[in-house]
Amino acid sequence: MARKSGKRKNAFLFEGSEWSFDTLSRTYDAIEKIAVEDLGLEVYPNQIEIISAEQMLDAYSSIGMPLMYRHWSFGKHFVREEKLYRKGARGLAYELVINSDPCISYHMEENSMAMQALVTAHAAFGHNHFFKNNYLFRQWTDAGAVLDYMEFAKGFIAKCEERHGFAAVEEILDAAHALMDHGVFRYRRTPRGGPGKEKARARERQEYEERTFNDLWRTLPNPKGGIDASEAELTIAERKKKLRLPEENLLYFLEKNSPILDSWQRELLHIVRKIAQYFYPQKQTKVMNEGCATFVHYYIVNELYDQGLITEGAMLEILHSHSSVVFQPAFDDQRYNGINPYALGFEMMQDIRRICTEPSEEDREWLPEIAGNGDWRGTLRDAWANHRDESFILQYLSPHLIRKMRLFVLSDNEKDDHYTVASIHDERGYDSVRRTISRNFDLGALEPNIQVVDLDLRGDRRLCLEHTVRDGIALAGKSRDEVLKHIARLWGYEVSLRGVDNLTGETVYKTSTEDSQAAA
Amino acid sequence: MPNFIDRRLNPKDKSLSNRQRFLRRARAQLKNVINRSVKDRSIADVDGRQVISVPTKGIGEPKFHHSSKGGKRDQVLTGNKEFSAGDKLSKPKGGAGGGAGKEAADGGEGTDEFQFTLSREEFLELFFEDLELPDLVKTSLKEVIAFKPRRAGYTVSGAPTNINVLRTMRNSYGRRIALHRPKQKDLDAIAAQIESLERDPRPEDTARIAELRAELVRLERKRKVVPFIDPLDIRFNRFEREALPNTKAVMFCLMDVSGSMGEREKELAKRFFILLHLFLKRRYDRIDIVFIRHTHEAQEVDEDTFFYSRETGGTVVSTALEEMLRVVQERYPTQEWNIYAAQASDGDNFSGDSEKCVRMLDEVIMPLCQYYAYVEILDEREADIFKSSDNGTALWRAYREAGQTWGNFQAKRIARPGDIYPVFRELFAKQNQGAAAPDKASA
Repeated sequence: MARKSGKRKNAFLFEGSEWSFDTLSRTYDAIEKIAVEDLGLEVYPNQIEIISAEQMLDAYSSIGMPLMYRHWSFGKHFVREEKLYRKGARGLAYELVINSDPCISYHMEENSMAMQALVTAHAAFGHNHFFKNNYLFRQWTDAGAVLDYMEFAKGFIAKCEERHGFAAVEEILDAAHALMDHGVFRYRRTPRGGPGKEKARARERQEYEERTFNDLWRTLPNPKGGIDASEAELTIAERKKKLRLPEENLLYFLEKNSPILDSWQRELLHIVRKIAQYFYPQKQTKVMNEGCATFVHYYIVNELYDQGLITEGAMLEILHSHSSVVFQPAFDDQRYNGINPYALGFEMMQDIRRICTEPSEEDREWLPEIAGNGDWRGTLRDAWANHRDESFILQYLSPHLIRKMRLFVLSDNEKDDHYTVASIHDERGYDSVRRTISRNFDLGALEPNIQVVDLDLRGDRRLCLEHTVRDGIALAGKSRDEVLKHIARLWGYEVSLRGVDNLTGETVYKTSTEDSQAAA
Repeated sequence: MPNFIDRRLNPKDKSLSNRQRFLRRARAQLKNVINRSVKDRSIADVDGRQVISVPTKGIGEPKFHHSSKGGKRDQVLTGNKEFSAGDKLSKPKGGAGGGAGKEAADGGEGTDEFQFTLSREEFLELFFEDLELPDLVKTSLKEVIAFKPRRAGYTVSGAPTNINVLRTMRNSYGRRIALHRPKQKDLDAIAAQIESLERDPRPEDTARIAELRAELVRLERKRKVVPFIDPLDIRFNRFEREALPNTKAVMFCLMDVSGSMGEREKELAKRFFILLHLFLKRRYDRIDIVFIRHTHEAQEVDEDTFFYSRETGGTVVSTALEEMLRVVQERYPTQEWNIYAAQASDGDNFSGDSEKCVRMLDEVIMPLCQYYAYVEILDEREADIFKSSDNGTALWRAYREAGQTWGNFQAKRIARPGDIYPVFRELFAKQNQGAAAPDKASA
């Protein structure tokens, strides 16, 4: 072990499969050299933590955060993951990486040294670079503050449980979790507030209430939902304007406007909303993020091998693992489970490199901006920084790759009794394949578009939601009704949901919490 | 150079409290499953590892998501082989394309059951819930083996409270002698000598005084170097954890299986047997269970037959006691085995037989047994009528007599699971006071 590196010209960084902190750090340095000097990556400082399988399961079940508040659903996920793992139905990820500054990556202790090298390149440089440079992450997440915020959230929720009981906290969190996907701002940036500020704000709010508490107020008749009576005279348009309707961030709307929530309950919604917002960029960049990390590790380990720093055995192990990660079965294969984001992402990155260095005539025609520019490193870095999946695919998916993966569009219309192959990998089909697959990865199209459109403050305070139905795809009924009940719990009054066709403007369906109660 | 942190030694069970929250959430469903498992499982492994299936109801996490059916949708797939644009493919019957059903389940829509394993503690906690056991009994049942610390020589490390003073001082003394630690007495003598010389100073003594002083310094330094008690001397009492003498026990389950014992009665009886078994399991290394059922004649059977096969015939309780006696004499010599008996019945007996039973108990059976518990299972409606323990069936009255003679005989009428525990109260009370029933065999 005490062999000095650099003594021989071709001294291997490690041999055999056992790892030690010594070999880890030596390998890290070699990888860092390639990542920074050759690929020009720009990363947060790394913090690499070695964890056991059980700890990995822990991290899995609390949506990948090292610090998380307590909730039964995490217990449920743990139990499920654990069972799959014990049965051998599912292996654990080799690593887990957190978008924070310093960037924390978890490596499993049972990885062999070759695997540790692979995951170091993958997580500590690939993902890390992506987190630090992609515009979505820069715009929407605050890597420096996330861990502090989670610390605050955990403490705050634990305190609420002490004060108000498990059941009361659980009720609000359940409802908030149900709305998590609809608790994000898609277009505007929330005003920034540091973790210290958050805590101070919550405390201040509480202290103010305690100071100004006067039991006499309780005996007065309730004001109408805390909103001025003059409001009643406002026309619908003015009312909507005042409440900034329509509003797509349901959690935000409820946090600010629900007539029945206490301040601590609003704070819980705020916490869940912040977490949802933090993860929002990751959901939009699966292909790019994994593609970037996979490309980076592939390039780096090959480079290590070419420099004679790792053994052939290690290289074979790495390649075996790499090829199973980027495996893409065909649609009629039993193992087919949609398009593998690792595979698509990796292929696209490799393809961009090819286009930059050895473009064909076709590439020059389709991607004139980058074809043959020779600077594949800069081109890739630029793509990683300025796109999300949808736009990335639309911009860079080349006919060459469409042919290579033999992509085709299958169209399924409820009215027909057959599927139609709409386009395939030919001259006429490239454009349509590219547009369709881009839409398949567009979160805006994947998640239902639901907004708060109105509420009747004069009447029964009903909250009106509107679901914009595209292509006639409805919501799954049972869970829809469950979520409505959750919203009603947070809002305090009836909630109704109307499905409106995006083209014709016709009402497709209508439901409300009263209806589902009547049905039950 | 990155910051490497080894987290493997961090405290485990980080997600334990999430698990507890989850179990609390799924409580109602778990309870059902446990009640079912009491029915389905054999007495001896009722507290083993439990794989539990919970319906997703109540633990679903609903979200707004698109339905997997209907509408118009375009999907890009990989690996086209022979299709060209415009081809039409017939839809599979019943439902949309592959994978959709699975997605729906993840969204909380599916009806698939959610499976996981309960630990022994978690299982027992739920099992005890409606038995109304006192907490003390619960904890003692959940504890698997009891250990007792026993003195086992000396050791060089341990807690300060366990220092063995005698040993320590003996070592210290030996070391002091071996290393010639100067005694206080010698020092005092030299000091006195110096003093006396100085009191009456004579020039020829100056050298002598200097010599004595040097000697005094040397001795004092040596006293410091060779301490009175060195860490090397210290000895601690060593304790070994010794398992309590658990030996072998046999548990006889006697039950009336004539037609009048229905499903409900048998299930109550089963819970009664399980509780006794749990208790015995905690006390003994090895437990045999003998099932004896009887109508007008008794036979030893296996557990399945015991609980689930139906017999017709009259009811003669003494036959079961005879059968038990036969088994004891044949296989369970009392010097090796602790004998426990549990009997369940609905109280019917052939007239005149009850007296015979009591006679048998008095003369042969009770002297053999550690404990004999009898439960009479009542209809819930009857429970009120038979509140007073004086009236009742002939068997009941006869057994009450035995109960008065023998301290380790318990008879009780039960209608609900909550009534079972008092039958064993005596048994557990003894255990808790530490005055356990005398074991017949010591090893």
